[in-house]
Amino acid sequence: MTEQTISTPNKDLSKELSKEHARDVFRAMLRARVLEIKLSNLYKAGKIVGGVYIGKGQEAVSASLGACLTWNKDVFAPLIRDQAGRTAFGEDPLDATRTYLGSAKGPMRGRDGNLHRGRPAEGLLAMISHLGAAVAQVGGVLLAKRIKGELDGCVGATCVGDGATSTGAFHEGLNFIAVERLPMVVIIADNQFAYSTPNDRQYACDDLIDRAKGYGLEGHSVDGTDMLECATVIGNAVAKARSGGGPQLIVAKLLRLSGHGEHDDGSYVATELQEGRYGRDCNDVGKQQLIEKGWLTELEYSKWMLEFNAEAQEAVAVAQREDGPNPYKEEWSAIASPSLKGLQ
Amino acid sequence: MAVTYIDAIRDAQERALAENPKVFLYGQDIGKFGGAFKATKGLQEQWPDRVIDAPISEDAMIGMAVGAAIEGMRPIIEMQFADFSSVAFNQIVNQAATHYYRTGIPVPIVVRLPSGGTPGSGPFHSQSMESIYAHYPGTVVVTPATVADAHSMLLQAVDLDDPVIYCEHKFLYRWLKSDNFEGDNLPIGKARITRSGKHATVVTYSAMVHEAVRAAEILYKEGGWEIEVVDLRSVKPLDIDTVVASVARTGRILALGEAFPWGGVTSEVVSRVCAEGFHLLDAPPMRLNAKDTPVPYHPKLWAMHRPTPESICEALRNLLAY
Ligand SMILES: Cc1ncc(C[n+]2csc(CCOP(=O)(O)OP(=O)(O)O)c2C)c(N)n1
Ligand SMILES: [Mg+2]
Repeated sequence: MTEQTISTPNKDLSKELSKEHARDVFRAMLRARVLEIKLSNLYKAGKIVGGVYIGKGQEAVSASLGACLTWNKDVFAPLIRDQAGRTAFGEDPLDATRTYLGSAKGPMRGRDGNLHRGRPAEGLLAMISHLGAAVAQVGGVLLAKRIKGELDGCVGATCVGDGATSTGAFHEGLNFIAVERLPMVVIIADNQFAYSTPNDRQYACDDLIDRAKGYGLEGHSVDGTDMLECATVIGNAVAKARSGGGPQLIVAKLLRLSGHGEHDDGSYVATELQEGRYGRDCNDVGKQQLIEKGWLTELEYSKWMLEFNAEAQEAVAVAQREDGPNPYKEEWSAIASPSLKGLQ
Repeated sequence: MAVTYIDAIRDAQERALAENPKVFLYGQDIGKFGGAFKATKGLQEQWPDRVIDAPISEDAMIGMAVGAAIEGMRPIIEMQFADFSSVAFNQIVNQAATHYYRTGIPVPIVVRLPSGGTPGSGPFHSQSMESIYAHYPGTVVVTPATVADAHSMLLQAVDLDDPVIYCEHKFLYRWLKSDNFEGDNLPIGKARITRSGKHATVVTYSAMVHEAVRAAEILYKEGGWEIEVVDLRSVKPLDIDTVVASVARTGRILALGEAFPWGGVTSEVVSRVCAEGFHLLDAPPMRLNAKDTPVPYHPKLWAMHRPTPESICEALRNLLAY
């Protein structure tokens, strides 16, 4: 394991990974991959309006986080490459298909689309597009839990990309959670590109993990393509934040294995990078690792694939059968206060 | 060969770079990639030092531009979407817009905002922010509706000595075509009568000009109504003289915009018409805007959220019936 603890090393971070947990992480990775392939195909067939953004190659990082979080207790603000984290956390695949396909029955009721979805009342925050904005928001949920006396044993988490680290919101958010010493895990999925922009146009430090110390966060680096390493390092960081160890920053190194969105062929990503250390597919690595450990058989794998394909198929079929929102029945008000509804 | 609205924006930037060594471009993914909408395609190849990729730091992008302008340059900043300019709001309204007034040193920057809704874009890739920026003293806010205006007004914007918020409508990017970039080269600050008429005036700007013209055609076929369409072109300064002159001919006005309904350009138009031409009105002035909710994702909701030829016709029928 190449886990690297930047500030105070802590014993908690060397906890063993259980077979069950590793399998849970991997199952979420597969489920997300299968679902996103379906969504991408729907987009390419013109069945999804707007855009589709997938997390291919980032499933290990995202699922490792989501699998440590508890629905209805913890708070998670996923971003655009976190289908696997959403799945592992407990999001129903129907929420994804309904939101992408604009079903009125989805959590966003057609008002918002694609990845801009969540179930805030259950701890899954609904992202806005503005990068970096979720860090302080998760921190706010945690601060409120602290004020209410309900913070014990809870953790908050969010993921951002390398590009999002350049925003003021990200900086302000990190500083705030560090000052408040909130039980929070922030993962930077450094996939080497922000849309077309390579890292050397995004930041000038050697490694984003160097920033952890500056903010007063505990930092951990991880190879985002190595499933077992992700599950261990991220799992231990979540456990540490949860048990009062303060906010944790994880930088996962990887490569975006898709275009920025499915409209983009990503042709600007050099072949050397695709063939390089981080060009490997974490889902292949994860499968290999589990098989080598004797934690998974080929037969089980095939069964899972069938199961997840059927699940994704069904989620698409259900959403496709459902009606979109009826504009004539919309209340067309963004105001929550009953006494002010409809007033402008 | 036909050229599009986005071609005009690209060509104007190419020309500005070629003609003025003080011009440079800064924005996310605008270099080799050519920008999210390809408005800067191929420009970095020609001017590697003056077409620069920015990190995802909108606040710093505008802060940088203000500094560069103080130093005599004329930066054009591309926001990837207008919606993200909210992150740079402080730099735009407090730094750029106040600078000349406070110090006597102008800040000639152009901020390009890919604006407005397209189906499926949702709440954060659809906003029309012209009214927000127009509210602040020290800004110029332009909203070209034609290929020729997109071209000439961008070049004019570069030459102005004030911060110019250049609102380019994404819906027009590839859909709006013309034979070439040539037009009447009307200066910023002057409105244009896009279609003349005598029964009512629609005052509008940006993509809504085309929706208004469609509505006018429908009403002409329907009942011979002749609707005058005034394209404001720049919402700040606002050419109230052309508007009032039109109202003097028609006696009726509908102010139409795609932005949210509270306040904004349409309110400004109506209040100025009331103040300056109340005696010319044969009917209460009307406004039609988007609905008072975030811009919805679903195409069906989106289509009802913004004014359409149908809803414009309905408003005009009421106006004409008064
Ligand atoms: C404040 C802000 N500016 C610009 C954008 C447009 N945008 C959306 S995603 C993206 C690139 C994000 O890159 P990164 O953070 O590295 O995440 P990745 O896509 O690589 O996962 C950009 C520029 C945005 N969403 N928010
Ligand atoms: Mg990235």
